[in-house]
Amino acid sequence: MMGDLMWILVSAMVVNNFTLVLFLGLCPFMGVSGRIETALRMGAANIFVLTITSICAWFLNTFILPHAPYLRLISFIVVIASLVQIVEMVIKKVSPTLFRQLGIYLPLITTNCAILGLAIFQTNRGYGFWQGLFFAVGAGLGLTLALVLMASIRENTELAEIPDLARGTALVLIIAGSLSLAFMGFAGLLSST
Amino acid sequence: MTPPTPPTERPNVAAGRLLATLAGAGAVAGLLIVFVFGWTQPTIQAYKARMLQEAVYEVLEAPDHYDTLYAYAGVLHDSPPPGVGPRDKGLEIVYHGYRTDGTSIGYAIPAGEPGFQDVIRLIFGYDPETGTILGMKVLESKETPGLGDKIEKDQDFVSQFQGAGSPLKGMKARDVTGTDPHEVAMITGATISSRAVIRIINNALERLQPAFQSSVAERIP
Amino acid sequence: MKETTRQADFLRGVWRENPVLVQMLGLCPALAVTNTVANSIAMGVATFFVLTGSSLLVSTFKRFVPHEVRISTYILVIATFVTIADMGLEAIVPTVHKALGAFVALIVVNCMILGRQEAFASKNPVGRSLLDAFGSGIGFMIAMLMMGSVREILGNGTFLGMSVFGSSFEPWVIFALPPGGFLTLGFLLLALSWVQRKRALNAAIREWPEGVAQRRTA
Repeated sequence: MMGDLMWILVSAMVVNNFTLVLFLGLCPFMGVSGRIETALRMGAANIFVLTITSICAWFLNTFILPHAPYLRLISFIVVIASLVQIVEMVIKKVSPTLFRQLGIYLPLITTNCAILGLAIFQTNRGYGFWQGLFFAVGAGLGLTLALVLMASIRENTELAEIPDLARGTALVLIIAGSLSLAFMGFAGLLSST
Repeated sequence: MTPPTPPTERPNVAAGRLLATLAGAGAVAGLLIVFVFGWTQPTIQAYKARMLQEAVYEVLEAPDHYDTLYAYAGVLHDSPPPGVGPRDKGLEIVYHGYRTDGTSIGYAIPAGEPGFQDVIRLIFGYDPETGTILGMKVLESKETPGLGDKIEKDQDFVSQFQGAGSPLKGMKARDVTGTDPHEVAMITGATISSRAVIRIINNALERLQPAFQSSVAERIP
Repeated sequence: MKETTRQADFLRGVWRENPVLVQMLGLCPALAVTNTVANSIAMGVATFFVLTGSSLLVSTFKRFVPHEVRISTYILVIATFVTIADMGLEAIVPTVHKALGAFVALIVVNCMILGRQEAFASKNPVGRSLLDAFGSGIGFMIAMLMMGSVREILGNGTFLGMSVFGSSFEPWVIFALPPGGFLTLGFLLLALSWVQRKRALNAAIREWPEGVAQRRTA
């Protein structure tokens, strides 16, 4: 059981990294500035929302949706939007400094395909409670990893000599392509003999 | 182009009106979806049934009919045992193929485990009376195109499973003696994916042996 | 004058404000499902359907939707059409549906669709909203087609399954894989901004007096 769960976590984190392999969560990824601190905060917020989403999705899939499978997408989206709203209000009350620091990022998480993507993948693969949880944590860690890597590379490219034709999104995409290429090396990481 | 209109003062809208709008939109949405669902479901279910049947027929040497059986706690049942839900980890579905005159051909067993990139799902045919594999078909795989995906595209690899003896032994291509029916040559350059296929089959058979033994014992008069 | 505005509504989304290549919206599907041309077209058609349907409904009922709940209502409408598109695809082309996987459902969070509702459909009559939706939808399909063609031809040696280079071609597999998606879009954007810059330079040169232009291009 534990081996199974570890595979799910490591697979979601590196082998099938949400951003660099599954193409989810690209909006924050493209927009992340060169500041590693911001990337870490964004990643942490994502891990938090992903974990709670996973639990909600499990709850919906187990108790409510078997009666109305066609309402899956709508119920997921409604839950995610409300979740982000609630999380925002809670953070605002509990820690106003954290709220200020996260700023615009929280509402952006709603349209972050990674959150909805997690709910859908979890459903398609039929994950139970613990599997879903490990999946969410692995995915969040993977997202954070990708964000931090991109932020630190961008920090360095600010000073590098790059033709300004390439600066901007084109450069970010090419960097992302190289990162994705590097992550391909993780395939087969946990395969037993 | 008309000049942009200045933002108008919005009167405070009653909460009731907001809720009514959302409820109304929700109701319309729900109705539309239910309608399309009813319209598409028959086609979708028919397609799934056809795909399953094709897979079962492919790995079982063309049976005339097949039954769906549920393996749970070492016994084969005709329907899921009471209290056991479809997601129960101990429940496995197998398909029993047989000819019109009642002779049993074997069981088609779907199984899946992580391969190189992601989970590989396959279905294979097995005859418990002789202990041989009757065929193998990969249903879903995300292995590397050109390398790992040979487990489904390389006919030489796939056809090895017909008549192979259980339990399977994966060998490197140069080590294959050709005399042992348990040997399966792995694909060069796709060792991990090949090994995964062999492992999936061996593990599934290990899990299902008790159920098969008890049903074979039942059938022998 | 009215004709020009209608034409502008349509053409705007197709190229000048192309949702993927210029506005950088809807990148997730653009990268994920463009590994073959067939998948790209299917995703383009599905998105077109969702966009048109949503714009139609939102524009028709815009008067009834209070400002405070507009985003939630738009998302509800979009999610409905996506669910319908998903079920429709599964019934009509099950193999394509399987290839697209979860990304059909992810059309819901494609910022392009919500953006068009907020920016245009909620403020304009039905006719113009439809034109706007058509334009953006076609622009999206064009971008998808461009990506899909490059990735399938280079990564598989085929176009829509038909071999392009003959059997001796060794496919550049990386383009069919995730890194290829990123690289293709990156280089595509690079090529486009290079073309744009050339055009802008040429246009600027035309405006300069003769002597200045000659000194600049020397």
